[in-house]
Amino acid sequence: MATFMILLYGDPKNWMTMSPEQMQQAMLKYWAWGKKMREQGRLLGSNKLTDGQGRVIRGKANPRVTDGPFTEGKEFLGGYYMFTADSYDHAVELSRDHPQLEYGGTVEVREIEVMPQDPNA
Amino acid sequence: MPDAGQNVSGLVDHLFRTSAGQMVSYLTRVLGPAHLDLAEEAVQDALVKALQTWPYGTVPDNPAGWLLQVARNRALDLVRHRGMAAAKSAEIVNELTRVHVTSEPDVRDQLRDDELRMIFLCCHPDISRDGRVALSLKTVSGFSVEEIARAFLAEPATIAQRLVRAKRQIREANIRFELPPAKELAPRLDSVLEAIYLLFNEGYAAHAGEDLIRQDLCAEALRLAMLVAESPIADPRCHALVALLALQAARIPARVDENGELVLLEHQDRSKWDRQLLMLGHYHLAASAEGETISSYHVQAGIASMHAHAPDPESTDWDGILLLYDDLLALNPSAVVALNRAIAVSKVRGPEAALREIALIQDDPALANYYLLPATRGRLLAELGEREAAAKSFREALNRKCSEPERRFLLRRLAECEL
Repeated sequence: MATFMILLYGDPKNWMTMSPEQMQQAMLKYWAWGKKMREQGRLLGSNKLTDGQGRVIRGKANPRVTDGPFTEGKEFLGGYYMFTADSYDHAVELSRDHPQLEYGGTVEVREIEVMPQDPNA
Repeated sequence: MPDAGQNVSGLVDHLFRTSAGQMVSYLTRVLGPAHLDLAEEAVQDALVKALQTWPYGTVPDNPAGWLLQVARNRALDLVRHRGMAAAKSAEIVNELTRVHVTSEPDVRDQLRDDELRMIFLCCHPDISRDGRVALSLKTVSGFSVEEIARAFLAEPATIAQRLVRAKRQIREANIRFELPPAKELAPRLDSVLEAIYLLFNEGYAAHAGEDLIRQDLCAEALRLAMLVAESPIADPRCHALVALLALQAARIPARVDENGELVLLEHQDRSKWDRQLLMLGHYHLAASAEGETISSYHVQAGIASMHAHAPDPESTDWDGILLLYDDLLALNPSAVVALNRAIAVSKVRGPEAALREIALIQDDPALANYYLLPATRGRLLAELGEREAAAKSFREALNRKCSEPERRFLLRRLAECEL
């Protein structure tokens, strides 16, 4: 069993034109996905990142701090979920029905690498 | 006794939509009707915020309160950024920064009161008739332009225009956010009840049955009618309207069979009628009996109640129903009422008598495009065994505007005549 993280990218403008009822339906789908993962005992955590804030630090000698990274593109990272799965294929399979996709966003699946205590063991 | 709560049987809890209506109403009071757009913007932003936040963690203990607080903060931002008239703006900022907890009963009462005033604002006689219904749906009921368009089988651009015009009429007439003063109450209430009645009929008309939005219109009309009926300014007519809507809505589950085909009242499985709505309807029908005046809502509710009381079609009290139709025709002498009355006439005096009644109204311009006129004639002719004439009438009905389920229904009747 390995640990995966999915990073959810989206454009909040997609939500602005939805009706209250459609938003509630969307909410229910997000909950249903989280519930599915919790019931399978896979969900390790999830968090939303604050909107419209963020800093990027670049440079070696005198690091420059800029606002971002969301200003660069329409889609920005909105939040993440961490869960367990057998493999990348399995993690993708579990994320395929994530509502983020239905609402025009992108889901990035990444495995969390675990450093062995004893590389020779 | 039945409560005006959000959970009228069979009507799911539409938290976002209901909260949207309450929040827009509240903010319209605070910001003033001229800034209705601003209120809507703040509310939309609050809902988006919830949608972006809630999925990742837990839902707040008081979701409606959370939404309202976010909407107030957002409205405050908007007021500060857009800079309103200074005197007014200080007052607004003061209200929006006041501590506000929605679980307190008085705050909930205030929100209900705001919603009620909002209905009166949206249905003000200075707003054009089609604008009133659209504006009520948009603001008090939290429907989007697209949803209203779908429900009314109209183009979104048409609905958007109606809304723009209605908001302009509010500004130009400087309509205030208040309950009508006593001397204006009766006509203002007429206008509100009429809009709710139209809203319900739009949803109840057997258009595309698969589209749930239309049932939502019925549910929403009932909710609004109850809101008005349970307010201190209600009169017996308001209860009659609730009774009528509840008794009609009770039949919705039986109106379509498992294949999505229309089922006429006399063939409906009455066990599918919604008991809770029937109870609600009869409770309000009793409440409507006070006072001296009889409105057309009273009479229509009485007719619906007679149907509801019949355990099967054979035990329907058609004599009683015909008497009520006589009253209704006296109150509202329209060709559509006369056509409906003809059905009762056929049950009491036979199809020939009903056909004579129909002959009297068949050239009425109000029925010129109404498919139910030839369809009803066809039905009566078929009862008399006059198949050829009946088929002709059904073909005539098919040439008029009707919905897909209605068209299929007419085709089945036509096929029976051509056997």
